[in-house]
Amino acid sequence: MTALNWPKERIQEMAKTIRRDVLVGIFKAASGHPGGPLSAADYLTALWFRHLRLDPENPKWENRDRFIMSNGHCSMLNYALLARRGFFDPSYLMTFRTKDSRLQGHPNATELEGLEVNTGSLGQGLSVGVGMALGARFSKLDDVRVFVNVGDGELQEGQMWEAAMSAGHYKLDNLIVTVDYNDAQIDGHVKNVMRIDPLSDKLRAFHWDVVWADGHNIDSILIAFQGAIEAKNGRPTAIIFKTLMMKGCPSYEDDPGWHGRPPKHDEVAIMLKELGFDETPQEALASYGEPRFK
Amino acid sequence: MTSLVGAPIEAKYEKGEPVLTREAYGNTVVALGKVNPRIAVLDADLAQSTLTKFFRDDPETGVRFVECGIAEQNMMNIAAGLSTMGFIPFISSYAQFLASRSLDQARNTVDYTNLNVKIAAAHGGISVGQDGPSHQSMEDISNMCALVNMTVVVPADYYETIKVVRWAAEYVGPVYFRLGREKVPISTSADDPWVHGKALMLADGADGTIIACGYMVHKAVDALEMLGEEGIHPRLLNMSTIKPIDSEAIIAAAAETGAITTAEEHNVYGGLGSIVARVVVESDYRVPMRIVGIPNMYLGSAPADDLCEVAGLTPENIAAKHKEALGTARMEGSA
Repeated sequence: MTALNWPKERIQEMAKTIRRDVLVGIFKAASGHPGGPLSAADYLTALWFRHLRLDPENPKWENRDRFIMSNGHCSMLNYALLARRGFFDPSYLMTFRTKDSRLQGHPNATELEGLEVNTGSLGQGLSVGVGMALGARFSKLDDVRVFVNVGDGELQEGQMWEAAMSAGHYKLDNLIVTVDYNDAQIDGHVKNVMRIDPLSDKLRAFHWDVVWADGHNIDSILIAFQGAIEAKNGRPTAIIFKTLMMKGCPSYEDDPGWHGRPPKHDEVAIMLKELGFDETPQEALASYGEPRFK
Repeated sequence: MTSLVGAPIEAKYEKGEPVLTREAYGNTVVALGKVNPRIAVLDADLAQSTLTKFFRDDPETGVRFVECGIAEQNMMNIAAGLSTMGFIPFISSYAQFLASRSLDQARNTVDYTNLNVKIAAAHGGISVGQDGPSHQSMEDISNMCALVNMTVVVPADYYETIKVVRWAAEYVGPVYFRLGREKVPISTSADDPWVHGKALMLADGADGTIIACGYMVHKAVDALEMLGEEGIHPRLLNMSTIKPIDSEAIIAAAAETGAITTAEEHNVYGGLGSIVARVVVESDYRVPMRIVGIPNMYLGSAPADDLCEVAGLTPENIAAKHKEALGTARMEGSA
């Protein structure tokens, strides 16, 4: 199995589907984090449906690319990406955060194949990615690339910088970090809670390459990924995607309050309409059918 | 891959001879690395001290040595990442840093994902002495035993350390094992069996049981000798595996010998004594117990033997406490 290499129109259509999966799933669970998944949906859909080499029939395939959602509260986005790439049936997304579901609040790899490691306690995924990138080097798995998605608020964790230092030191050019720079975290806008800027200068000082992209412009996203993947210069790459929390639902965009609260019925009705779906929340829910894993 | 579990160990040291457990660790990971190319070793700027420098400096194994710098949290998770790629990483630093500073990483990434990471914690307990409480570890057993998938082992001496490290390389799952700084007198034999989760009976007797781990085992051996001079002959169990605890051996000790004294180089809150006590009170043999451990205090900075005096981690105190336990047992008529 290789990368899907989808064209951009198909990616854009899939990103819309994935936003719907996220919102309806969190609405059904009445629990979860919609804000981050909607800000990262465009660029992670591009990554998953164009570049990531995965085999849903053989999730442990040795030569697969590794993906870590280090900001594990964006679990619903990870689940929607897995479901739409064929790891399980999309109807199963509606079991999110319920008893006996494999789709736990934060990703649990011991329950769900396709996840590489458990995340949720912020700041830990990049270090794991460093270990994977080193492991790929030790094993001479030269085709394997390691992608780690991190939140911008997550960069306030000290361990992120230990990890960044080690990735630069070990010249891990098989490691690519995507930063969801939506400037929103639980207590407000990142710039007010605890400044992380100047982010480029910080990462470059740790011997990284840094690229900025518009996380909601498909051309900008594809150019950034292409460049990062092709670069083999002894430096890890960070792509900083400028994004908006709740992107796609203009009535709610850029409001940090959406970090971790589920939409109510009237809100999800507006969100679906703004995403371009002509359906009520009940109709959307019913469209997933009886949940089954495969 | 050739297994080293059960391979002969050269009996180069006599009983009672003081030897470094970390020397056993440093040498054994090199031997493992030579027969198994999946073994990796990580250190956080302490390779001189944990003796992983042997692995680093051997050309055959050094290619899989990862120097992490002074960054234990990052190291714990780099090991996690390596394990997902099929490697068997041993990470080394001081117990204080591994089981406290990187506890979140050990819990949320390594243990929760049930990853095959081996945590080799040097300078455990207070025997690090003069460095003072910032470098002493008296809460690591408690911290690590509370992690669901973690198994916790405290080898008693050089020979046992070799067996534990060889075993850890083949066991699939997270392992925490504690090594000391000081030389520890040999109290087991090169050819004693070592079985994960099983206590080793070093002496049998009917006058209660002393259960010890790690650095306290040789002190318990001395305590046994003192008691013997008074005509008191307890059983002695070397409880090297703290989790999963050998409940069977504890219940048998309670049923057959009537009193139990535990000895550990750890805070009395949450260590071997607490765990043995839980097994005893849940059994049908609620015998008197005494717990020798650090009485919930920072002990300061002094040579290890002096600190052990302050905390009561001495053969004399083990013997005295055991006589108390036996006295209570006899008053109650249960022994």
